[in-house]
Amino acid sequence: MRKKKGVRQSKWLVNLVLAIICLIWAVPSFGLLVSSFRPAADILETGWWNIFPHKDWKTVTQLELPRDTDLRGPIEVRGETFTDDQLRAGVKQDGQQLVWGNRRARVIDVQEKEWTAITRFSTENYETVLGGKNYKITMPDGTQKTEKGAGMGRSFWNTVAVSIPATVIPIFIASFAAYAFAWLKFPGRRTLFVTIIALLVVPLQVALIPILRDYTSLGMNGTYFGIWIAHTAFGLPLITYFMYNAISQLPKDLFESAFIDGATNFTMFSRLVLPLTVPALASISIFQFLWVWNDYLVSLIFLGSLPEVQVLSMNIANLIGTRGNDWHLLTAAAFISMLMPLAVFFSLQKYFVRGLLGGSVKG
Amino acid sequence: MNQATTSRNAFQLALFTVLVPALNIAVHWLIFIFFRDSDLPPVVNAVLAVIWGALGIYTIYYSLNWVVEQYPDKWKNRLLPFIFVGPAALILGWLLVLPTLRTLYLSFLDASSDKFVGLSNFAAVFTDRLLLTALRNNLLWVFFGTIACVGLGLLIAILADRSSFEKLAKSIIFMPMAISMVAAGVIWKFIYYYQPGDEQIGLLNAIVVAFGGEPQAWLSMVQPWNNLFLIVILIWMQTGFAMVIFSAAIKSIPEELLEAARIDGAGEVKIFFSIMIPYISSTLLSVTTTIIVFTLKIFDVVMVMTGGQYDTEVVATQFYRQLFMYQNAGYGSTLAIVLLIAVIPVIWLNLRQFRKEGF
Repeated sequence: MRKKKGVRQSKWLVNLVLAIICLIWAVPSFGLLVSSFRPAADILETGWWNIFPHKDWKTVTQLELPRDTDLRGPIEVRGETFTDDQLRAGVKQDGQQLVWGNRRARVIDVQEKEWTAITRFSTENYETVLGGKNYKITMPDGTQKTEKGAGMGRSFWNTVAVSIPATVIPIFIASFAAYAFAWLKFPGRRTLFVTIIALLVVPLQVALIPILRDYTSLGMNGTYFGIWIAHTAFGLPLITYFMYNAISQLPKDLFESAFIDGATNFTMFSRLVLPLTVPALASISIFQFLWVWNDYLVSLIFLGSLPEVQVLSMNIANLIGTRGNDWHLLTAAAFISMLMPLAVFFSLQKYFVRGLLGGSVKG
Repeated sequence: MNQATTSRNAFQLALFTVLVPALNIAVHWLIFIFFRDSDLPPVVNAVLAVIWGALGIYTIYYSLNWVVEQYPDKWKNRLLPFIFVGPAALILGWLLVLPTLRTLYLSFLDASSDKFVGLSNFAAVFTDRLLLTALRNNLLWVFFGTIACVGLGLLIAILADRSSFEKLAKSIIFMPMAISMVAAGVIWKFIYYYQPGDEQIGLLNAIVVAFGGEPQAWLSMVQPWNNLFLIVILIWMQTGFAMVIFSAAIKSIPEELLEAARIDGAGEVKIFFSIMIPYISSTLLSVTTTIIVFTLKIFDVVMVMTGGQYDTEVVATQFYRQLFMYQNAGYGSTLAIVLLIAVIPVIWLNLRQFRKEGF
């Protein structure tokens, strides 16, 4: 009886601690979500948390000073003297704040703290990002023309065409290799495996220039095939390492009995090993997919930023770069780019829970 | 008669051996040309490309395996491993090993790769102030980043296992992994944003001001702590990775084992250290390895947030700068090699673990 109570108490504590951690983790993304629905001017003027009720200075009355008040000297307001600088920043008097309302007209705002919340929301940011931004162009003959910039639709499909094969291909290749490393004997097996593990740490920037040169001579620049192969190479060491951990943990008797039944290595691999390592495959797929989906550097170099091939991350980066400081658009674009990875995560999530997963989990 | 079949078989074999790989190359090259030159609507293009990528890789393996299956048993067993490992070895050899060897070679040459300079680039890396800062920062990243990701990941995995809202909690912790670095940069700019005065739109400064403090320019002025503020971003993004894997490992611990320990009167702390940790030790090693490697190579967090200014340069960004901006191939390559050397102990630990498991 006492033990049960102890367990319940510790459960309460566990829930509390975890809830606090989750709260901290969620706040940054939540801030972005809120910001993406706020008008551009609000984002730059006030923090996103101002959408919650809070106390803020609000003008209750205005004081008009004599027109000829000298701003360089001390300024008398309601029996006290202040300097111009103080009035610009706002100065407190009897729980009220005095601040210039209109300095030129010598009008002072008297403000009091009141409960407010800034709740101006709009979907304008999303509309602009999805449909493309409108540019006003003045033609040589003086007439104005509105031109629509590139929307995110095209780059969304480009990213799909890059990401899915760039996830499937390396996982396939790495699983075959991992199977051979784990269950087949061949000369050079150890050396090859050690080399692949060591390649884990090679920064991919090392490879950019040599690959670019080879691609140019093969005509593979700016093609899907080229970027699939590049992503495959950069992902292979980690995926092989993970899949080796999973495949080498399968019980030995499984293989022996299958071979007695006359199975070939290929059927063993596709009928037995792949289904048995589905949890590992699912999780490494998610990581590779996320990595490719969010990649910026590799696509920038091997795909380029032409609208026909441009991927989402490049589209977002362009919002920062060439179009000036469009923070309000960035918030919406960032959220749109997260949707697909989140969908993939939630659809494959069940494997995470049940799973024997990449990292050598004993099963 | 028998002689005749063997020789015909040998002829067939040779034909297949040449024909099937050649056919593979030809077909895929043609499809490649088709995609490069055609102008399909984006959706159709994407769907076709996905089908080609996924089916293509399967048919390559299938057809090559079929050729090997035609060989006599002795040869079959000898050749098959190379079909399985071959594509991985070829791609890695071309796109990673060769560039790495070239980098090693360049690290012994001067800035414009004309003259052999021996180890003087390495001497420079360990004396030049800029490069030393990069090395120091990378150490900070590896140390704090790895400890926090692994520690927090393990803690959250254990807590989630016992909480009443496991799925929700795991989704929240994992979510940052789904965010691109560029987007995460935007998110964290909203946190670290600094402007003078009382009205702050950055969350951290708003909190500081609310408690009566002075707002700080977190990423630029507070050196060397600004590195830690950048590392926090990595922790926020990568803890989900560690947590997901640890969570799976913890769930694979047999319930009876834990129950037996509890009946014997072991406290939760003791169970954690003497049952859980040994049971998931190999997972612990692989997660730690992955995160160490990740932090060693860290690039985009720094590039997006500070561009390496204010003493936040790390080895990968400095490497990029030396190679692409200062055109100093010598320094750049040397930095990459230093990264490679730095990870040798980690690789060695992993190999020892593999050997223990009977590699």
